[in-house]
Amino acid sequence: MSSVKLYPLGETAVVLQLGEEMAVETHQYVKAVARFLDQNPFPGLVEYVPAFTTVTVYYDPWLLSNRGQQDPYAVVEGHLTHLLAQLETGLEAEKPPVKKIPVVYGGEFGPDLEEVAQQAGLSPEEVITRHTRPEYLVYLIGFAPGFPYLGGLDPSLATPRKQVPRSVVPAGSVGIAGTQTGVYPLETPGGWQIIGRTPLVLFDPERELPSLLQMGDLVRFVPVSEKEYLKRKKQAHGF
Amino acid sequence: MGFSVEKAGLLTTVQDLGRYGYQKQGMVVSGAMDAFALRVANLLVGNAQNAAALEITLVGPRLLFQQDTLLAVTGADLSPRLDAKPLPMNQPVFVRAGTRLEFGRAVQGCRAYLALGGGVDVPPVMGSAATYLRAAVGGWHGRALQKDDQVPLKGLKPEQLKAWQERLPAPEPFLAAPWGVFPASLPPYAGNPTVRVVPGPEYGLFSSEAQEAFWQSPFQVAPASDRMGYRIAGPALTLKEPVEVLSSAVTFGTVQILANGNPIILMADRQTTGGYPRLGQVISADLPLLAQAKPGATIRFQQVSLAQAQELYYQQERTLAQLASALHLHLKR
Repeated sequence: MSSVKLYPLGETAVVLQLGEEMAVETHQYVKAVARFLDQNPFPGLVEYVPAFTTVTVYYDPWLLSNRGQQDPYAVVEGHLTHLLAQLETGLEAEKPPVKKIPVVYGGEFGPDLEEVAQQAGLSPEEVITRHTRPEYLVYLIGFAPGFPYLGGLDPSLATPRKQVPRSVVPAGSVGIAGTQTGVYPLETPGGWQIIGRTPLVLFDPERELPSLLQMGDLVRFVPVSEKEYLKRKKQAHGF
Repeated sequence: MGFSVEKAGLLTTVQDLGRYGYQKQGMVVSGAMDAFALRVANLLVGNAQNAAALEITLVGPRLLFQQDTLLAVTGADLSPRLDAKPLPMNQPVFVRAGTRLEFGRAVQGCRAYLALGGGVDVPPVMGSAATYLRAAVGGWHGRALQKDDQVPLKGLKPEQLKAWQERLPAPEPFLAAPWGVFPASLPPYAGNPTVRVVPGPEYGLFSSEAQEAFWQSPFQVAPASDRMGYRIAGPALTLKEPVEVLSSAVTFGTVQILANGNPIILMADRQTTGGYPRLGQVISADLPLLAQAKPGATIRFQQVSLAQAQELYYQQERTLAQLASALHLHLKR
């Protein structure tokens, strides 16, 4: 594709820029490149990190330069250009299954539900309805272990971050910040408006895939009662 | 067996060269801040360069060894002592069970590395022994060492252990090998270092005044600097015009500029992606200098090309390769 740009991030990584804006088509391209790299790793590839419009490819300059004999950036650039050429015809767009995330909304689990409702001029029930309606797309996992950047929030629910961030936000908290919605995988300080909490464990180092959600997944939030939350919490872990 | 922690020190963690392959899951890489020092320490005791060692920050711990072991201390000079006698740095030292290692004044640098024969015995998590404190993952139960911890070691191979035991005269608590690393092979550690930087992906979005100020001005390492990142204070660095940068990968040494114009240099515990413009990328060869800069230190930046960064990377790898083959010969004897 003609719009692709390659540029270095220091001497250990190449950035593949596959688009300019957050868009589903760009995301599918990012996903296709990621899948291709999974299936066709090249010697000296350390790992890659997909994002909204980029795939950043980390490499070992010592190995790829043949111990200082050739330009490793040029070698990686060659590999990736070749890869992209092979990909051009291979873009597929099958719909992934929708992963359901149970959430108990409001109360002690979602202390900012009222504030979000007020700002939106809606009832708390309507906020829940609009938050649980869309299928959200996981554009990337980043920022923190297992943290999903979700696209698809109903614009009427967009709410600015809290003026003063909380010093502790419990793991599993579901929040809104600006036009983003997401789930805190770990207990951290944070400024998101917290509207609910899920009993699911988003990041578990002991799982084969530690992150519950993966880039490219579709996600739907499902409202549950506090009782159901506590029951699921005991069972813990995956879906 | 292993060692017991009699005093924890400020921040003593188990680290290796980091946890790779899980960044797309959002997992932070972690690992040694001064990877060069960790690799040298491991080479000195005959370990793989990636073996689990201790990263010791400014105020060191007091450790009591319960088994005979070979050790080496590299990186910052935190006045290490064995049973109250100065411990020579950057060379292998064989210690007898019952010997105490402690640290004193921070003479030079910020982080010392203690490698032990065979490595620290901790279970790998996602393929690495590195400690990531914020998520309590890896290392010693996901946390820094505490008083009364009993930490096991993998230990030397029996024939190596026997050879060292035969060399150590009876009453002495320890024996320093008569060889080590030449100071010229070490990075040019300095209290106020100049570090070299390749312009980053968003360099061109900054005003020419900001670009000029970055290369010309001194910056001071702020107290709120840690394993995740160094906040550095200096002139505000502004964009030509406001732009929205979509989150994309960041790495060790990425210089991000926050909305208020202040830079953060990302370090070992950096997040995997970031949404701030990336003005520059500190070259790998100079990351040890940064890792050893204390809060309050003055840092200057010098612009280099990608080709120069690569050449300096090779030089560091060649130094380590030479060291590895020289030490291999010594340790075989």
